[in-house]
Amino acid sequence: MRSRVSSLPFFRGISPDTLFQIFLGSIAVLSVLVLAALLLRELIVGAMPALSAYGVEFLFSAEWNPVLSEFGALPFIYGTIVSSLLALLIGVPLSLGIAVFLTEIAPAKVRAVLSPVIELLAAIPSVIIGLWGIFVLAPFVREHIAPLLMEHLGFLPLFRGPAYGYSVLTAGIVLAIMITPIISSVSREALLAVPRLQKEGALALGATRFEAVTGVVLPYARGAIFGAVMLGLGRAIGETMAVTMVIGNSPQLFTSLLHPGYTMAAVIANEFTEATDDIYLAALIEIGLVLFAISMVVNIIARAITWRYLRVQGGS
Amino acid sequence: MRWVAVLGVFLLLLFAGCTGKSGESPQAAGEAAGEITINGAGASFPYPLIAKWSYEYYKLTGVKINYQSIGSGGGIKQTMAKTVDFGASDAPLKEEEYRRMPGILHIPETLGAVVVVYNIPGVEAKLRLTGEVIADIFLGKITRWNDPRIAELNPGVELPDEQIVVVHRSDGSGTTFVFSDYLSAVSPEWREKVGKGKSLKWPLGLGGKGNEGVAGLVKQNPYSIGYVELAYAVENRLSYALIKNREGNFVEPGIESVAAAAAGAVASLPRGDESWAGVSIVNAPGENAYPISSFTYLLVYRDLSVIPGMTERKAKALVDFLWWAIHDGQKYAPELHYAPLPEEVVKLNEETIKLITYQGKPLL
Repeated sequence: MRSRVSSLPFFRGISPDTLFQIFLGSIAVLSVLVLAALLLRELIVGAMPALSAYGVEFLFSAEWNPVLSEFGALPFIYGTIVSSLLALLIGVPLSLGIAVFLTEIAPAKVRAVLSPVIELLAAIPSVIIGLWGIFVLAPFVREHIAPLLMEHLGFLPLFRGPAYGYSVLTAGIVLAIMITPIISSVSREALLAVPRLQKEGALALGATRFEAVTGVVLPYARGAIFGAVMLGLGRAIGETMAVTMVIGNSPQLFTSLLHPGYTMAAVIANEFTEATDDIYLAALIEIGLVLFAISMVVNIIARAITWRYLRVQGGS
Repeated sequence: MRWVAVLGVFLLLLFAGCTGKSGESPQAAGEAAGEITINGAGASFPYPLIAKWSYEYYKLTGVKINYQSIGSGGGIKQTMAKTVDFGASDAPLKEEEYRRMPGILHIPETLGAVVVVYNIPGVEAKLRLTGEVIADIFLGKITRWNDPRIAELNPGVELPDEQIVVVHRSDGSGTTFVFSDYLSAVSPEWREKVGKGKSLKWPLGLGGKGNEGVAGLVKQNPYSIGYVELAYAVENRLSYALIKNREGNFVEPGIESVAAAAAGAVASLPRGDESWAGVSIVNAPGENAYPISSFTYLLVYRDLSVIPGMTERKAKALVDFLWWAIHDGQKYAPELHYAPLPEEVVKLNEETIKLITYQGKPLL
């Protein structure tokens, strides 16, 4: 192999293999990094008027008044974070339950049917889920879930009325449904990758099935599961259409989950087309920039933690 | 064999892509074939009417009107960048926008209305409301349906002791602009605390996206109140309120009462080449004028040669279309629940359209 070298003048002396690697490598670098850099540049240039007009205050002001050109992103950042965390709170236990059931408990036939069905859920367009949210989930939350929560947990400020159905809670449930397929299928792969011996060892030592799963299987796969959760969180943060349709679109710093809220992606989708003032448009683009930054940070944290777990496992 | 198929599909797509491209720059391809395409972009509110016009006008003359309803904001931006032949906006240009687009003309092409819709189970009668009461409901000062201020306007109507659920648009829209323009005109407190705009800082309530979003929220939430375009309320059979106008009459929204509002306001309208910033026909005088009415505008440059790729032939076609739209085109308005322009406004537009030139040469 070493003897085969390129005869092209510029690449003389480089083996075709190396050439191929350089070629692929440059495609990867160009497409991903250049795209990301261009995107970031575009966002920063577009947001410049707002960045210079409001500075850091933009992130901490709760005032969003297009009429007076007062723009603060706090209600949207807050709404995005709360609805996404709520989605994780509901979605992660559900997803892990599904993943454990599919890998450890379900008979092969059930598994063969159920796994693709769950993955299919991920293919439902978000606007369809949003419509379902409007016509089914929101009324259900208003008439059944919210009264129940208010009756039993109403002493907490988290569950105070009035309940309209269009709320942060509804958005959280919709998001949970949307991230469950991703988290559960990635976690399932992770659980399948746990060596049989680990689990069998635990069982041989007299552990129950529950103890084997919680004590051995899940900890072994925790790095990959964490990665799966972060993947889901990333989707929840950026989800636009379905959330816009059920969250009530009201930029306030709510305390009750039964109140309407607003997210960053939703306000961009709602107000971008009719934003005629330059400063208004810049403020919306700056929200896009913040969204971009938060997504990046979430992903970097996810990477870092996944790597750390993997290294620990590699060392042990 | 499979490669051949893949390659074939690819080439086909490439070809389709090319022809699609040439459709976007009709100046080159269309002109040669003798066909003229005029591109416009802007407000979504007049889209059904402009689409109808474009269909009828093509049958009549073979000139294609290609209108993209991307929203007023986008329409103004594209007109400013001169990437379209005409723009459309629900609100007139602001003073600053008008200054940045020298030679821009406003042509009000049709009229619309915003109606106040509600969902009160058990109440069949049409509610009567005043601007002040609506403002106070949307300000959160009137919170229950049986509030004495609503009750005194509606004697004999059994109003429930229930909390009012306020619903508004969450997306920026001309509908919100007209509604808040009206509330600002009748309520000093609204003007001071909220003001008028396509997006507002709402004191309270739920936000729905689009007319359909607001209508959906109103339908689903008992004891709610919201606002939508007239056409939307009529087609979906929503209950809507009679609004007290300037003369003290409670007026039902409809094509005649909207046209009456425009006729009442016509004396105060500027010329087409002047700034229209602040022009509004809300709360217009007139016995039968519906107070939450509004024009929607086409935006055209006075000298069309400023638009890249514009030819004299195309400029002539655009002017002919505008002339047709404000005359013969008006007869398509009522079936789509837009009010035809009153005679006085048509006259005003005639003067405006006569101003349009190509390289200084008049086109009419």
